[in-house]
Amino acid sequence: MSKLLTVSPSPHTFGGDNVKKLMYGVILALLPALAVSVYFFGIGALVVTAVSIISCIGFEYLIQKFLMKTEPTISDGSAAVTGLLLAFNLPSNLPVWIIIIGALVSIGVGKMSFGGLGNNPFNPALVGRVFMLISFPVQMTSWPEPVAARTQYTDAVTGATPLDVMKEGIADGVPVSQLMGEVPGYLDLFIGRMGGCIGEISAAALILGGIYLLVRKIISWHIPVSIIATIAVFTGILWGANPEANADPVFHILTGGILLGAIFMATDYATSPMTAKGMWIYGVGIGIITVTIRVWGAYPEGMSFAILIMNAFVPVINKYVKPKRFGEEIKNG
Amino acid sequence: MLKTFPKGGVHPAENKVTASKPIETLPVPKTVSIPVAQHLGAPSTPEVKKGDTVKAGQLIAKSSAFVSTNIHSSVSGKVLKVDKVTDTSGYRQTAVVIQVEGDEWDESIDTGKELKKDTGLTGEEIRNKTLEAGIVGLGGATFPSHIKLSVPKGKKAEVLIINGAECEPYLTADHRLMLEKGEELMVGIRLLMKALDVEKAMIGIENNKPDAIEHLSSLAGKYKGVSVHPLKVMYPQGAEKQLIKALINREVPSGGLPIDVGTVVHNVGTAVAVYEAVQKNKPLIERVVTVSGESLKNPGNFMVRIGTPVSELIEAAGGLPDDTGKIISGGPMMGKALNSLEVPIAKGTSGILVFPENKAKRDKPQNCIRCAKCVSICPMGLEPYLLRSASEREMWEMVENERVMDCMECGSCSYICPSRLPLLDYIRLGKSTVSKIIRSRKQ
Repeated sequence: MSKLLTVSPSPHTFGGDNVKKLMYGVILALLPALAVSVYFFGIGALVVTAVSIISCIGFEYLIQKFLMKTEPTISDGSAAVTGLLLAFNLPSNLPVWIIIIGALVSIGVGKMSFGGLGNNPFNPALVGRVFMLISFPVQMTSWPEPVAARTQYTDAVTGATPLDVMKEGIADGVPVSQLMGEVPGYLDLFIGRMGGCIGEISAAALILGGIYLLVRKIISWHIPVSIIATIAVFTGILWGANPEANADPVFHILTGGILLGAIFMATDYATSPMTAKGMWIYGVGIGIITVTIRVWGAYPEGMSFAILIMNAFVPVINKYVKPKRFGEEIKNG
Repeated sequence: MLKTFPKGGVHPAENKVTASKPIETLPVPKTVSIPVAQHLGAPSTPEVKKGDTVKAGQLIAKSSAFVSTNIHSSVSGKVLKVDKVTDTSGYRQTAVVIQVEGDEWDESIDTGKELKKDTGLTGEEIRNKTLEAGIVGLGGATFPSHIKLSVPKGKKAEVLIINGAECEPYLTADHRLMLEKGEELMVGIRLLMKALDVEKAMIGIENNKPDAIEHLSSLAGKYKGVSVHPLKVMYPQGAEKQLIKALINREVPSGGLPIDVGTVVHNVGTAVAVYEAVQKNKPLIERVVTVSGESLKNPGNFMVRIGTPVSELIEAAGGLPDDTGKIISGGPMMGKALNSLEVPIAKGTSGILVFPENKAKRDKPQNCIRCAKCVSICPMGLEPYLLRSASEREMWEMVENERVMDCMECGSCSYICPSRLPLLDYIRLGKSTVSKIIRSRKQ
């Protein structure tokens, strides 16, 4: 017998998941939200999403090949996830050239400048999104009307988002009970019949995707639950104290980017904490900052900023928040 | 809700294809190589030399220290040499090589099959028999069993835990033993209880062995203080600390022993070996080994003499498949890859797995994506990703403070890692370096 045997240290068997499968799992989980968006926003949603994904993959390939001179890893699916999430945070009438700039910032500045997948401290899609929001505030806050804009792209009919209506109305002293008559009803908000970013409108589709991520164990429940619970409690207290000057928690959770952010953006692996306890701290922080910006800040929505701010705390959280070690308490006690 | 340990764990594909295969006795081989270091602790001192004739069950190497044990010949025949051979660890160790002639057993051994339930021996005498018979932990750790039976001064054992978890995929040796030697196991447990002076023994068995649970539960009524506890299937439940946590909800302190929380854990195989040693005067010279793997023609469970070359077992299982890429001694999670088929079966060898080439090599590692899966599955509450990066950067102080020495090398982190990073390899590097640092600090 002259056969050579492979010798390596244990373990000799491995789990079924790899980076590629996890990334494509996230993409699959995002498809229902994309389908709802295409239904309401039509061609614009498709064009923006396609341009964003293609540019993100393209920039990652070019940067790895010609600047970093490493083997491109675009097939792992992470650039496609960034592209899809970036598109989900954009209005469906955004011109192509702005999307390309945003994709370059997301991938170039947000991801590759730190060394690529796993090394970036901030969510790359949100880095791109916030850069665009600050650089192109007009284009980034014009919102096509659902259904009406199906066959149009940059020339789509636009209107206000429910959060805009609420923020301006409250600022003008209009009672919330009257404002609630001007925004879509809860069922429409749940399905996604409202103005907003491509991926954020449909609570139903996002929750469906979130359940898939949980069942496939791609994410753990800690971050989404802690964010949503914090927002519910915080807005619930404000609403309870003065229901005519504050929207109720259900309105808050169904509008804007809270579900997209809590399920898909804040759970980004590289930029969220490593321990369950750390995830709770991070989620509660995101919830508090989001509500603070929505209620007292200059913007009607604060999810992107809240996630980026808490991203900055992740290294500190990881350093000081440790898992409960087996056999630790007894020894100390 | 079935009990299990609460923190971490993984569930690899069970692949217990040999679960329904009765234990077959392997014919005595032509030669055996019996290493003098088959246990944790100091190697035993050889008592025979080239040319000596020996009988099966005769002492051939003597316990040489407190943590050491006796070793007996597993066959009758002539000593060819006392020389270095490669053992399951991959290192060359001193071994007694015996050419087999006939199968003559030492006269003092009762080779009859009848069950002998009663004993007039005291706890002290049971302990001594355990040492004399060279019994070690048969779950794989191979710690000399007599030491675990001597409760240190100031400590008290309240309950004996019997490990029938067999959480490693593929392995079914303990499963078959529970089914086929249930009575012997029960008597062995009673003997261990007597040696430890405890009134209570709990057998923990994972729920994927319902026949074993049923069989032992039906026997348990006849043996005072013994109870059977089904457990949810979860790796590494067979690890001592995790089994204790699952059964009696106590945590062995970091760096401590089970006796610190009032318990002692023995494997089912060990309990059967204690029965044979005490009641039949039979030293530990054979054991059950699972031989398994997808491409094997006739995988099974074999009763094997210690020192039998691995090649004999593979022959018995239908011969070496053409697509063989890796041979593992033990389970796929903690076992050791062998570099030769001539390696001898030792007291701690619970299985021989033959893996095809497409399962032999590791995938190429990618960047850590910080998915936190390794942190969530670590049964010891460690952070494998951090231990890896700190070990890679040789930040040994940090590695120590992050409690690398608590790692039991169960392999769950490397198993789960979607980037296929060799987390455990780096943790082992950290452990060995930190233990050197700790030793030098003590001097």
